[in-house]
Amino acid sequence: MTDNNDPRPPGFETLAIHAGAAPDEKTGARNVPIYQTTAYVFDDADHAASLFNLQTFGYIYSRLTNPTVSALEEKVAALENGRAAVACSTGHAAQMLAMYVLMNPGDNFVASRNLYGGSITQFSHAFKKFGWNVNFVDPADPENFRDAIDENTKAIFLEVLANPGGIIIDLEPVAAIARDAGIPLIVDNTMATPYLCRPFDWGADLITHSMTKFLGGHGTSMGGIVVESGKFDWAQNDKFPSMTEPDPAYHGLTFYETFGDFGFSTKAKAVALRDLGPTLAPQNAFNIITGIESLPVRMDRHLQNAQAVAEFLEGHPAVAWVSYAGLKSSPYRELAQKYLPKGPGSVFTFGVKGGYEAGVKVVESVELLSHLANLGDTRSLIIHPASTTHRQLTEDQQIASGAGPDVIRISVGLETIDDLLADLDQALGYATAKAGD
Amino acid sequence: MSELYYPDWQIRRILRDVNTVAMVGASTNWNRPSYFAMKYMQDKGFRVIPVNPGSAGQTLLGEEVVASLKDITVPVDMVDIFQRSERVPPVVDEAIEIGAKVIWMQLTVRHDEAAKKAEDAGLTVIMDRCPKIEFARLSGELGWSGINTKVITSRRSRQIRA
Repeated sequence: MTDNNDPRPPGFETLAIHAGAAPDEKTGARNVPIYQTTAYVFDDADHAASLFNLQTFGYIYSRLTNPTVSALEEKVAALENGRAAVACSTGHAAQMLAMYVLMNPGDNFVASRNLYGGSITQFSHAFKKFGWNVNFVDPADPENFRDAIDENTKAIFLEVLANPGGIIIDLEPVAAIARDAGIPLIVDNTMATPYLCRPFDWGADLITHSMTKFLGGHGTSMGGIVVESGKFDWAQNDKFPSMTEPDPAYHGLTFYETFGDFGFSTKAKAVALRDLGPTLAPQNAFNIITGIESLPVRMDRHLQNAQAVAEFLEGHPAVAWVSYAGLKSSPYRELAQKYLPKGPGSVFTFGVKGGYEAGVKVVESVELLSHLANLGDTRSLIIHPASTTHRQLTEDQQIASGAGPDVIRISVGLETIDDLLADLDQALGYATAKAGD
Repeated sequence: MSELYYPDWQIRRILRDVNTVAMVGASTNWNRPSYFAMKYMQDKGFRVIPVNPGSAGQTLLGEEVVASLKDITVPVDMVDIFQRSERVPPVVDEAIEIGAKVIWMQLTVRHDEAAKKAEDAGLTVIMDRCPKIEFARLSGELGWSGINTKVITSRRSRQIRA
């Protein structure tokens, strides 16, 4: 497929299977081998020097790069239609690596307040220790992002399909605001996956993922990744000295000039990953590669089941409301049709009549759905965010981020739909009957 | 300006057939992009002759730096241009004069008029690309850094040079 005159790129399903995963040249192994090694032998001292100077491509030490991990990076970069990617141990690590390249002490970034609770905590508390500040805004009006930007702002961060569920951000105007300010728009695409939404097509500059979720898909392996579009001009202003000025940690190398449209990824690997150390294990990279191969067919079924579950819940007498952008009742339906035309994912929230107590009862009464803190598994998962994932937030923050006391989040898996509906029906009936007594 | 598109087979053929490369604008500073490219291409079996009037007579990676293309005493297959776009035309004129077969302008370097002149003289022209990156992309090495090579293949060998 490579030796032709056709600039048409391969389709998504082809990329999911083949991108980054050509046969191993030495052995002919058709699948990507698990390179379970910490280090790599140098040809000679000159080769070693070239590698340490980043003058040639190759492996030094698995804290920075590993062939199994690289195969995964190329695959996700291809699926996002990006230039390059940096994989790491978790989605949280991906956020840290991205910000480490962009931020200096005293800098800030503007973030949507509709985020995974763990991200809100990471941004509010852990990042503060690095001297990085965050301003949370209500993403419903894109102009709120513009109003929060000041001269020390280095990025905008949002989840396009927002956790805990049902909310979709209008990407295009936010991308325009970031462009006007000369700063990158970072989109976390964990909940949508590139199969449902490709944020670079709408003007995003960097994408983060928790690959632990739909990309891996099986709930077996933690992983995170940062993808760069390759289109952001780091030299348009003086906001990003770590890209445009000689780096003392690399003998005066200037990353943007030397590595161009993959300069951000190179910096994130050669400095952020090297010095902070949240490396992805090769075994986990392999598991996630295997998961991604079936991403398109899994997502189709996730969508089909999610739509059926959402419609069932909306008609259930024990349910107060359902927030799923695939429903006619959702105020986000139009945005969903624009940004996620195949469907708005399979994670969403609903409210049980009876508030906090009833919410807790529902998650304690399910027998097929699993009560745990994850999403994007083959298994259907259920959680009460106010008592778990969003527990560290104040009640105001919980409500603002869509995780109020009566909210239940569901991640609809791939089981037989009738079994899912039956389990939810019995749990809802039990929880609300008790609450009503 | 129109988007440049070069099919992979064309780039692959150039990188397979070319042996001697004159690198105009080669720097003797180890942390400059041209130094990176020269060292890499030497490792891949190209002979690279550095051209830079500012450091003529010095030795760079085992080769003597010459002041201009016309000072090179061996046949040159390809001229690789590490210069700003506006400085391309006189280099192209000299490349035609010394009988080069390929003119390659580096990333961000593009001069459509000079390219047309070279093509009319029978030369092949590549613009706004880096031969190091293209070599690494088509041989699979670029993927070692997690970069999207856009190469999809079920074939075992991606070797470019024998």
